[in-house]
Amino acid sequence: MTSHFLLLVVFSFFVSLVFGVLLRDDPREQFRTGAAMFGGFIATALVLGWLMYPFPL
Amino acid sequence: MTTKSTAAERPRAAAEPGTLVLLCLVSWLIPGAGHLWMGRRQKGLVFLLALPAMFAFGLLLHGRVFPFEFSEPLVGLAAVANLLAGAPWVLTRMLDGGSGTVTAVTYEYGNCFLIVAGLLNFLVILDAYDVALGRK
Repeated sequence: MTSHFLLLVVFSFFVSLVFGVLLRDDPREQFRTGAAMFGGFIATALVLGWLMYPFPL
Repeated sequence: MTTKSTAAERPRAAAEPGTLVLLCLVSWLIPGAGHLWMGRRQKGLVFLLALPAMFAFGLLLHGRVFPFEFSEPLVGLAAVANLLAGAPWVLTRMLDGGSGTVTAVTYEYGNCFLIVAGLLNFLVILDAYDVALGRK
C-alpha cells in the first residue's frame, strides 16, 4: 500500500462519501455530489501533478 | 400530496440544552450515532462505517496519533483533530497504539487520514446538532 495514487484515491473516496452524505438529503443527490467531488479531487491532483512536473525537488 | 416543511415548522426533537450536550457527546464518541438518534439512519450508518474506517486506515499507514504538546502548535492542533475522531481515538490511546513510524513512506498519508477523520467527525457532530435544533 505504498502507491501514492492509490492512497489519493482512497482518501478522496472517504472524504467525498462523507461530504456527499452530509451535504445532501436525497440519496441520488448524495451520489451526484459525492461523485462530482471525487472526480474533482482526482482531476485536481492530476493537473497539479503535471503542473509541478517541470520543477525539481 | 406531501409538502416540504421549513426548518422553523419542523419539531425541535432535542432542543433542551442537556439533551443537546448529550447528543453532541454521543455523536463525538460514536461517529454517526447522533444522526441515528435523530432518525437519520442512512446518514448515521455511512458515518459509522466511513469515519472509523478512515481512522483505522490512517493507523495501518503508520500514521501518528499526536500528543497534546502545545509548545509545538501544529502538533497540538493535530492532537485536537485526532481527539475529535471519538471512540477510535479513545481505543487507540487505551491500547497505546498510533505511535507512528516516521521512516515509513506512508507516514504523512497516515497522519492525513487520522487528522481528516477527526475533522470530518467534527462536521458530523455539528450537523447532528443542527438536525436536533430543527435547522435541517
